[in-house]
Amino acid sequence: MSSVVKASGSKLSQRRKTDIKWGYFFILPQLFGVLAFVLFPLVYVLVLSLLDWDGLGEATFVGLSNYATELTNSDFRNALTNTIYYTVMVVPTSVVLSLMAALALNKLRLKNFFRVIYFAPVVTSAVAAGVVWLWVYNPDFGLINTYLQTWFGIKGPQWLLDPKWVMPSIAIMSIWLSMGFYIVIFLAGLQSIPVTYTEAAQIDGANRWQRFWYITLPLLSPTTFFIFIIAIINSFQVFDQAFILTFDGGPANSAVTMVYYLRELAFVDFVYGRSATVAVLLFAIILGFTLLQFRVQRRWVHYE
Amino acid sequence: MASVATPKDVSGPVETTSRASRIVGLVLLYVAVTVGALVMVMPFAWMLLGSLKDLGQLYKVPPNWIPDPFVFQNYVNAWTSVPFATGYINSAIITVTVVLANLLTCSMAAYAFARIEFPFRKTLFILFLATLMVPEQVTIIPLYIIIKNLGLIDTLLSLIIPYALFNAFGVFLLRQFIKSLPVDLEEAAIVDGANRWTIYWRIIMPLIRPALAAFGIFTFLFQWNNFFRPLIFLNSIENYTVPLAINFFRGQYATDFALLMAGSAISIVPVLIVYIIGQRHIIEGIATTGLKQ
Repeated sequence: MSSVVKASGSKLSQRRKTDIKWGYFFILPQLFGVLAFVLFPLVYVLVLSLLDWDGLGEATFVGLSNYATELTNSDFRNALTNTIYYTVMVVPTSVVLSLMAALALNKLRLKNFFRVIYFAPVVTSAVAAGVVWLWVYNPDFGLINTYLQTWFGIKGPQWLLDPKWVMPSIAIMSIWLSMGFYIVIFLAGLQSIPVTYTEAAQIDGANRWQRFWYITLPLLSPTTFFIFIIAIINSFQVFDQAFILTFDGGPANSAVTMVYYLRELAFVDFVYGRSATVAVLLFAIILGFTLLQFRVQRRWVHYE
Repeated sequence: MASVATPKDVSGPVETTSRASRIVGLVLLYVAVTVGALVMVMPFAWMLLGSLKDLGQLYKVPPNWIPDPFVFQNYVNAWTSVPFATGYINSAIITVTVVLANLLTCSMAAYAFARIEFPFRKTLFILFLATLMVPEQVTIIPLYIIIKNLGLIDTLLSLIIPYALFNAFGVFLLRQFIKSLPVDLEEAAIVDGANRWTIYWRIIMPLIRPALAAFGIFTFLFQWNNFFRPLIFLNSIENYTVPLAINFFRGQYATDFALLMAGSAISIVPVLIVYIIGQRHIIEGIATTGLKQ
């Protein structure tokens, strides 16, 4: 009897030992990928940001001088300002519009049908869609200006040709492109709110607006905050739309975003150190917003 | 709606007004949602209709929505004037390889993280999660240098290898799914002496098919639409992917919008097919994970 137990016990520890090998075997491909293509490059980019290097010749260590250069550089400031301007236009508008759409859709029986339509731009490539918007924004023959002219007699703006209108143009297209994504998350958030709360409030005599303002909105706040952060993070990474809608960063570099700028520094001007510096600064901004999301989420977790 | 007026529905004056106002509200809601849907669809419609017009029709103010006559030649011209066909093949090679590789390697890692005990399991998993916070634009310069040193610049492999071997989102998504499965079947298999590979391949893989479908579709869409890395890694036209072909097209035929619309339409078709077939998987996948890519 005891020998049987002992045998199965050693079998178990044998199993443990082979499991360790299996465990590493199973994670090996992805572990290699994460080390070679993410963590090593991440350390590398930090080191690069301290160097002066054109990618071919000798690299020289310059300490933090790249950071000093960039933070006082008007091109960098332009890119940062453009990105923030874009974020300020896109994020609140996207959140408010997609919340309104989700609230409306949530009440309808044809919800799924409309959800499919609103979501369609999300799966479309920004490049293919961008070419279409290029034509929509055409000052003389585009969809918007021809109808502003024929219906209202208004002469529309020059859109992508006017430095003042370039970023708003890119922002409008981006809102169209990504709104469906936020709507879907809002709908999921709305469905997770138990109806008993709103029903109880209704019995207590709360009108529709009060139910929304005092019940739905607070209960939805974790979702709203999550969407806010995701939208900000996405905004800071904007590139495709800005690249495809303008041929060269727009008039007066008005469409040059941070990613646009770092790509130009690295792959047009070949100043790797300065480009890496911009990448690190971008990373710091995005990381800040991500950590903020984690902190606030933890405080709000009792809602769920 | 007509039943509102029938007597048996009228239980009192208050009830009637609230019911009537509810119906008016519902109609207004439908109108608003439909207008929104039209705005969302407008660029697609504008693209498709524009792709069937000649330039004379395209540059007409105010525009005619319906092409007269329909010009299908734009599609022939678009297909032949840029290496669209090679772009399609290149995009297909990259997308299919990366999707298959990700389905395999991510589910393997996910299984190990969910079920197998090994040293540093938790630390390594947290490491994977942490990399979700690193946008790919941040590491693009070192990655470019690595790819260049491997001699892979301007090859499809420059896109395939890094994407095939790394997808933290997939590992995370599939691990959560595996964790939610009951362990009975696996324990029975262990008692029967099955090794870990057999369990993974014969038991886990069939069970996680819905999650694999959602993840596979996400990866397909991301790869097919991907622009940033291909733009930096690929130089020669014969290696272009579909988005690069469109970008090239835009530079070459900046004013020929009929051609550009046809080119865009051609490139969006596979995506729309996948979307229409898999829309439930896509939308529900996003709703439950709250993540893209």
